[in-house]
Amino acid sequence: MTKFLQTLMDGVAVGSLYALIALGYTMVYGTLQFINFAHSDVFVLGAWISYTLAVGLGYAAAGAHPPLAAGLLILVGAMAFCGAAGFTIERLAYRPLRKAPRLNVLITAIGVSLFLQNVGQLKWFFGTQPQRMPSLIEDTILGRIAGVQLHLVDMVGAGLAFLLMLLLEWLIFRTRLGRAMRAVSHDTNVAALMGINVDAVISFTFVLGSSLAAAAGFLYAMKYPGLNQPAHATWVLLGLKAFVAAVIGGIGNVRGAMLGGVLIGMIELFGAAYLSPHLRDIYVFSILILVLLVRPSGILGKAVAEKV
Amino acid sequence: MSPILEVKDLAISFGGLKAVSDFNLALPEGGLYGLIGPNGAGKTTVFNMLTGVYRPGAGTIRLDGRDLVGLKPHRIALAGMSRTFQNIRLFGDLSVFDNVRIACHLRCRHAMLPTFLRTPAHVAEEAGIAERAMRWLALFDLADRRDEVARSLPYGDQRRLEIARALATEPKVVLLDEPAAGMNPKETGALAALIRRLRDEFGVTILLIEHDMGLVMDICDRITVLDYGVTIADGIPGEIQKNPRVIEAYLGEPTEAAS
Amino acid sequence: MGAARTAARSVFPVVLGVLLAVAMQLAAGPLIGPFAAKLLMDIGINVILAVSLNLVNGFTGQFSIGHAGFMAVGGYVAGAITFYGSFLLFGNVQVVPGWLSKGDVLFVGGCLAGALVAAAAGWIVGLPSLRLRGDYLAIVTLGFGEILRVLMQRTGDVISNVEEVRHASAGTLMTSLGGSLGFSGLPYYTDLFWVYAFVTVTLVVAFRLKFSSLGRAFLSIRENEIAAEAVGVDTTKLKVRAFVLAAGFAGIAGGLFAHEVGTSLNPRELGFQKSFDVVIMVVLGGMGSVSGAVLAAIVLTLLPEALRSFSEFRMPIYALALILMMILRPQGLLGLKEIWEMPWFKRRRGKAAA
Repeated sequence: MTKFLQTLMDGVAVGSLYALIALGYTMVYGTLQFINFAHSDVFVLGAWISYTLAVGLGYAAAGAHPPLAAGLLILVGAMAFCGAAGFTIERLAYRPLRKAPRLNVLITAIGVSLFLQNVGQLKWFFGTQPQRMPSLIEDTILGRIAGVQLHLVDMVGAGLAFLLMLLLEWLIFRTRLGRAMRAVSHDTNVAALMGINVDAVISFTFVLGSSLAAAAGFLYAMKYPGLNQPAHATWVLLGLKAFVAAVIGGIGNVRGAMLGGVLIGMIELFGAAYLSPHLRDIYVFSILILVLLVRPSGILGKAVAEKV
Repeated sequence: MSPILEVKDLAISFGGLKAVSDFNLALPEGGLYGLIGPNGAGKTTVFNMLTGVYRPGAGTIRLDGRDLVGLKPHRIALAGMSRTFQNIRLFGDLSVFDNVRIACHLRCRHAMLPTFLRTPAHVAEEAGIAERAMRWLALFDLADRRDEVARSLPYGDQRRLEIARALATEPKVVLLDEPAAGMNPKETGALAALIRRLRDEFGVTILLIEHDMGLVMDICDRITVLDYGVTIADGIPGEIQKNPRVIEAYLGEPTEAAS
Repeated sequence: MGAARTAARSVFPVVLGVLLAVAMQLAAGPLIGPFAAKLLMDIGINVILAVSLNLVNGFTGQFSIGHAGFMAVGGYVAGAITFYGSFLLFGNVQVVPGWLSKGDVLFVGGCLAGALVAAAAGWIVGLPSLRLRGDYLAIVTLGFGEILRVLMQRTGDVISNVEEVRHASAGTLMTSLGGSLGFSGLPYYTDLFWVYAFVTVTLVVAFRLKFSSLGRAFLSIRENEIAAEAVGVDTTKLKVRAFVLAAGFAGIAGGLFAHEVGTSLNPRELGFQKSFDVVIMVVLGGMGSVSGAVLAAIVLTLLPEALRSFSEFRMPIYALALILMMILRPQGLLGLKEIWEMPWFKRRRGKAAA
């Protein structure tokens, strides 16, 4: 029972991270119909910026006791920075290709991804050495349920992730801006005819997706403080799995991304706990292949017929 | 004599919206029929169902007695039905010659080893394909432009090339989707003559979607009229022109008498 | 055209290529020294990789970014066959000297086996993914490459003891591939002759393909998939075919790479970084141009050597080049054309003739 609950909690924790990243993929795919390969690198950027800010504010020193507000500050800082990064990327690399064939944008996205990874490794930025994220939350244990320890870090992490998802849900389905975003993702041309500033909406979509990815990066750094260098394979795999989450939930569907994220987290953690821990990535990809074979539009997605 | 293309009760819905319902067609061999209707009436959707791009929700399609429903588009092309597209779909970066050549090797096996080894049989097959392609180009007056890139052709020539490509598959039935779109009266006249020639000289059966009423009334044997996916009239040009429902569907658009 | 003349034209390029390969082996090796010889071999291997990826990305317009995975499959299979085969047949893992020696036969056999297994892997990966839209193939191929890397890292240690090898089962041998440390100790059978013999085959296949009806069918898929279907091209079947073919050639490149001096068969080296390297070659050279891919492979193999001191800037610069290329000249350097079809080439020839 303990193992089951522990795995469940871990699955939810990891799943919520995937969900936050998957949201960025799905929103961009919904509006621009391409896979933003560079998105996972924004997630990595978020983690490393969080580290940089924490160190910069002096919390890496031994014996430092950062106030709770510090964590919030760093989170907001990382989200803002990455939001700006997302905005810049869209403006410079993707907007010129708005009318180009999708293949070209895909290639550009790969270029942006490579650029971010490799520039991040340069010594003026984050370097090639792994670093340890300073802990911003005391590692206290809140209690036990059926033998499972509840760490404060995990609670805060999961709580924050769900809060952000709730905010997004509210934004997309209950505000005018959200309606505009949904309109653009349905049909860009018609949305423009309706008076929606498509460019602004698309920019905002990128900013939103990027800040959520940054939040995921911050939370990841909190939970797994050993940060590998930006081009390391672990990051690539995380990004890929988040993308699988978006596909499984139904690419282009916001709620699908959240659902997919948690599902993938569960599958990965349960597979690792009850089958073999070394093959966790394989479980996730097998599910991807399965979904692509059986129901390519994903759980909540719907097949869109191409106009012939 | 049974019709070469027989369509019964064809229907399709997109997310609850009935795009086409109860579409029927009996196209005799060598016939030249027209399919008209206001924009969004479902004409191209019918074409898409006939060629396997969409799977119909209901109904049957028989080409020369053979059931086509559920077949993939390339199999339908192999069965003898080819088409042109409303928004021209040429192989833009390839040459005029290549565009037609690709249609010519419809029935080739594309075996890899003979291609890599460049066997005499392969070379002979390629020569045959090239020869057939050149003949089609000559027929359509495009031979002197054979090496030009397809996307650089003037609009009218691009449409002609698309028709040539469709014919090069040596089909039993050809579906032409708004071939006269964007053409001036002189070009339309030449097109009408060309279409007639295809039917008379090559024995191809033709189904035509068009908005140019002059063209349709001029060359079609029979016309079916669609509005919101429903067939509202079906008859010879003379009847259709006077049909009040048809006139109403076009909301007062004048139906010109055949020139 | 007489039958004899046709036959001659079919055979000539292959013979020419093989003769050149022999010439390179005999002359170039001793003349230019081992370092330059290795560079030439690297170029040859990259040419095979780029030209084969071009079949998928350039000809059929699908987007695969897992090419290194198939290279890894080929490399590991070939490596296992030569390594353990050498133990079983010769009692040791030394290179058997001489041209077309038994060792060479084992090596080439291993490479071909590697190619077949890689092609089979291509079929397994390609069949489900190519039924779907283009973007998904990219993710699936990337994931495949990563999965392979994970699997390779889980393999057991290499067995270097003759007696152990003799007593081990085939299954054990095929899963003792070195794990994360990589498969080291492979005999250096790769030389200029073999590399350029295989380069010849690759180029002959690629060119003949491009200028044949099968190749044009591939191109039609890239140009307009729906129109291609409408004129009878079985797009799914042909997409898979191109993918399998490309994977097979990547497998050969892998086999050559595995037995090359100065390289090691390592899960890390054959990951997504290598896949991207090949993608960049194809994109910059011109998707659909065989000579473009060759040119790009040559330049992008030599460039890192020339810019050794700036190696940390290599990837950011490549990445920027990719982005700028897509914005400014998306067809790449040569686009669909071959070098001799380019206008500036024709103009210069015209001037020379005049």
